[in-house]
Amino acid sequence: MRNIIPVLAVTAALIALWYAAVVPMNAQWAQDQARRAGTDLTLPALIADTMSQQRPRLPAPHQVAQELWNSTVVEEMTGRRGFMNTGSLSNRSLVYHGWVTLSATLLGFAIGSGLGIALAVGIVHNRAMDASVMPWAIASQTIPILAIAPMIIVVLNAIGITGLIPKAIISTYLSFFPVVVGMVKGLRAPDAMQLDLMKTYSASGPQVFSKLRWPSAMPYLFASLKVAIAAALVGAIVAELPTGAVAGLGARLLSGSYYGQTVQIWSALFAAAILAASMVALIGVIQRATLRRMGMAA
Amino acid sequence: MRDTVTAPVISARGLNLTFQTNDGPVHALKDVSLDIAKGEFVSFIGPSGCGKTTFLRVIADLEQPTGGEITVNGMSPDAARKSRAYGYVFQAAGLYPWRTIAGNVKLPLEIMGFSHAEQQARVEKVLELVELSGFARKFPWQLSGGMQQRASIARALAFDADILLMDEPFGALDEIVRDRLNEQLLELWARTEKTIGFVTHSIPEAVYLSTKIVVMSPRPGRITDIIDSPLPRERPLDIRDSPEFIKIAHRVREGLRAGHLDD
Ligand SMILES: Nc1ncnc2c1ncn2[C@@H]1O[C@H](COP(=O)(O)OP(=O)(O)OP(=O)(O)O)[C@@H](O)[C@H]1O
Ligand SMILES: [Mg+2]
Repeated sequence: MRNIIPVLAVTAALIALWYAAVVPMNAQWAQDQARRAGTDLTLPALIADTMSQQRPRLPAPHQVAQELWNSTVVEEMTGRRGFMNTGSLSNRSLVYHGWVTLSATLLGFAIGSGLGIALAVGIVHNRAMDASVMPWAIASQTIPILAIAPMIIVVLNAIGITGLIPKAIISTYLSFFPVVVGMVKGLRAPDAMQLDLMKTYSASGPQVFSKLRWPSAMPYLFASLKVAIAAALVGAIVAELPTGAVAGLGARLLSGSYYGQTVQIWSALFAAAILAASMVALIGVIQRATLRRMGMAA
Repeated sequence: MRDTVTAPVISARGLNLTFQTNDGPVHALKDVSLDIAKGEFVSFIGPSGCGKTTFLRVIADLEQPTGGEITVNGMSPDAARKSRAYGYVFQAAGLYPWRTIAGNVKLPLEIMGFSHAEQQARVEKVLELVELSGFARKFPWQLSGGMQQRASIARALAFDADILLMDEPFGALDEIVRDRLNEQLLELWARTEKTIGFVTHSIPEAVYLSTKIVVMSPRPGRITDIIDSPLPRERPLDIRDSPEFIKIAHRVREGLRAGHLDD
């Protein structure tokens, strides 16, 4: 808790910087409006106006915070289509859109980490895979995801697969890579002496794996899972953009930009960031508990 | 009563091992011939790089000789390793950091498929043997270097192999702890009739512990002297002040010096 003060200080500085940028960004529009109405704006009035526009170029922090609150708690508690009135999540709430994106993220993350671990095990135990898989894995990540995501979505749509699965596949595509890289390193972490010890026991391959390689790889696994889950979220959001999906944080970003709803865009962005941070933090908690049980205080 | 007429437990004939390195071949073992009988305590002593570790590793099938022959229990080292004939104590303790001390000692037992009850009983027994009973649930980093080394010895003892190969197990310890562990090791050896191969840099340690001292010298690594100790098997620490002890120590020192003069 002793490092909370620097964190708060940095946050406060960023918010101050943000407010400072809001005034010049939105001043033009405020003055145009004033000229059209034939009035003159005093400086305080100008500043106040830049922070309360309907469609500002750059919304003020409190507008974003307000929108986040309104589109989650308020919408679900009191909205006509909200959870309290209908028993199901409102399609106008960020909780609903966040969940749509999160479910694809989690599915893609699960498949991606599983695939990443499986590939790493293969690479470490099989010479042919060692030589052949890694170059392809690296090549796969050099293709811009924005270019390949629409193709995958469109192709899958054409054969009738829509909704969760295509998005999860994009998430998988982005999230398997850090896991492969981390786990190959982790499974190769045991030194020659630790391996020799296993050899003197005449341990079998699976025993060497379960009693030496796998536990050695744990710190690497968690580090790569943190990267992977953030990548999976990016994948799910990007996958919502090209098809004009109607639900999900990506869809909110897209519709926000169609209608110039900058406040909506920013609040969707923040919702995504909060989601990513919570998932990474959750993995961090699991990591600490696991490593502590293994006597390796992280 | 030991029967020295029986076939040797370890028998090496004209053993050669050359490592191919980037700066040319390194002749780590040259024409090494040695017989070790059951129940012997053999020390290997010699300057750094004379091939002590390499020889131990050849016995343990961790290194393949490039020439000559070696049998362990009448089999190839590979077959002996697969029949789990020996426990090996490495130069560094090498405990697995994610396992407790008890967990580390249990490792070979798990791999060799001992029953749960048997694992428990053996862990308790060997930890008591190395005086670490109170530390079963501690993790390696919570122990001193000497305690870690003792835990690694317990790990090698746990599955009761007939042969114990130890590579400078006490190298990093202070004199007092070392004396204590030497005494314990002798007690253990007397009680269990194990055959022990022991690498050391210390002349007193070699003379105190061994029934046979193998003096080696480097470039190429070879045996320059094999001394059968006349000391009795029962050895109190103060035997080190006896004339016989000093005589053997002197001979070992001469052997080491001769090896050095060759350079
Ligand atoms: N894996 C290896 N590859 C190449 N050369 C090696 C290898 N292992 C050992 N050597 C060389 O073989 C020689 C003998 O090494 P060894 O480790 O057996 O010496 P040692 O007697 O145990 O020395 P120390 O007392 O320092 O432990 C050395 O010259 C060493 O450089
Ligand atoms: Mg050595």
